[in-house]
Amino acid sequence: MTGYSSLFVQSAFVENLALSFFLGMCMFLAMSKRIETAIGLGLAVFAVQLVTVPLNNLIYTYLLKEGALSWAGLPDVDLSFLVLISFIGVIASMVQVLEMILERYFPTLYQALGIFLPLVTVNCAILGGSLFMVERNYSFGESVVFGMGSGFGWAVAIVLLAGIREKLKYSDIPDGLQGVGITFIIVGLMALGFMAFSGIQLG
Amino acid sequence: MENRTVKAFLNPLVNQNPITLQILGLCSALAVTKTAATALTMSLAVTVVLIFSNALISMIRHHMPRNVRLIIQITIIASLVIVVDQVLKAYAYGLSKQLSVFVGLIVTNCVIMGRAEAFAMNNNVRLAIMDGFGNGLGYSWILIFVGSVRELLGSGTLLGYEILPTSSNGGWYEPAALMLLPPSAFFIIGFVIWGLRTWKSEQIEPAEYQILTADKVERIR
Repeated sequence: MTGYSSLFVQSAFVENLALSFFLGMCMFLAMSKRIETAIGLGLAVFAVQLVTVPLNNLIYTYLLKEGALSWAGLPDVDLSFLVLISFIGVIASMVQVLEMILERYFPTLYQALGIFLPLVTVNCAILGGSLFMVERNYSFGESVVFGMGSGFGWAVAIVLLAGIREKLKYSDIPDGLQGVGITFIIVGLMALGFMAFSGIQLG
Repeated sequence: MENRTVKAFLNPLVNQNPITLQILGLCSALAVTKTAATALTMSLAVTVVLIFSNALISMIRHHMPRNVRLIIQITIIASLVIVVDQVLKAYAYGLSKQLSVFVGLIVTNCVIMGRAEAFAMNNNVRLAIMDGFGNGLGYSWILIFVGSVRELLGSGTLLGYEILPTSSNGGWYEPAALMLLPPSAFFIIGFVIWGLRTWKSEQIEPAEYQILTADKVERIR
């Protein structure tokens, strides 16, 4: 159990996808002008990450990994070069399914997330999470925790940045840095701040 | 006609730079710029994928139904990235290990999707190829610049050759370890944007609120 909680802390804070691997940066910078949109997008990323990482883990272990097809009598087949195309397919279709489920059963949540869900497909944080899961050989249980932690970390980071930017618009910034320029520098400072988490281990 | 081709190529270099103005494709720009060599490899990979994806998507643009175009685009891009990934693994294994997941992440690099959607869908093949090449170069020069600065200041080398002899090797240069840490990429790109926008002042974004100074208050009165 301590292994899982420490993995959660590690994926959410120490190895924050946005601030230490720079995944999903385009959206991170473009959608962080207001706190409400940031919360919506953060929730969408969290939900999709939570579903796709474990699902991709199953697909990888039982279909694509070298020797994974031995249950079908094909022990020599190695399909791991198909990882990219099948992961992106899973992500795109999961986003569609999630959109339909939300629309049917949670219309209010769908209203809030609506426009963000399709965008999440091309968010590198989602595909990146799945690829890290392959690179680090997570088991199924670990991949659930990793998906949860990394999605949570990304959401926290974008909400924090939106909070800063809402105050920032009242400040006096040199013309050339206005807008994107100063945002880059702020994200750099936030990344430095998040580095303080490194080395934290639970249990 | 000649003019439009040249413009499609030159515009993305500075005036419509994918990184500093369109804010596309940042994930890789920040993460792989620790050394000039990885930045160079990454920019080469992205440029190749960009040219081919633009060309292919432009070729079949009249045969794609509009509502499934995203899936088609992403499939084309993903197949191209798989090819690049396999080539890198075969001929530059060390570099491809250093780039780790970021080669795969070219699939979701917004430069490629963005240009496919915004340009290749509406223009002929020749223009689309020029646009892909131009955007690739615009993306590359920023990446290579950031990579070179980080490597030079962070470890005193450039592409592995020693430029500034570091103090640990008996030289005079004390390496700035901050440059090897991820956040430095943000600062460097931030300053590049500042520099570019001071030069090209039409790129400056208007402030949301004006600061009221004494003379402005006076004028309002």
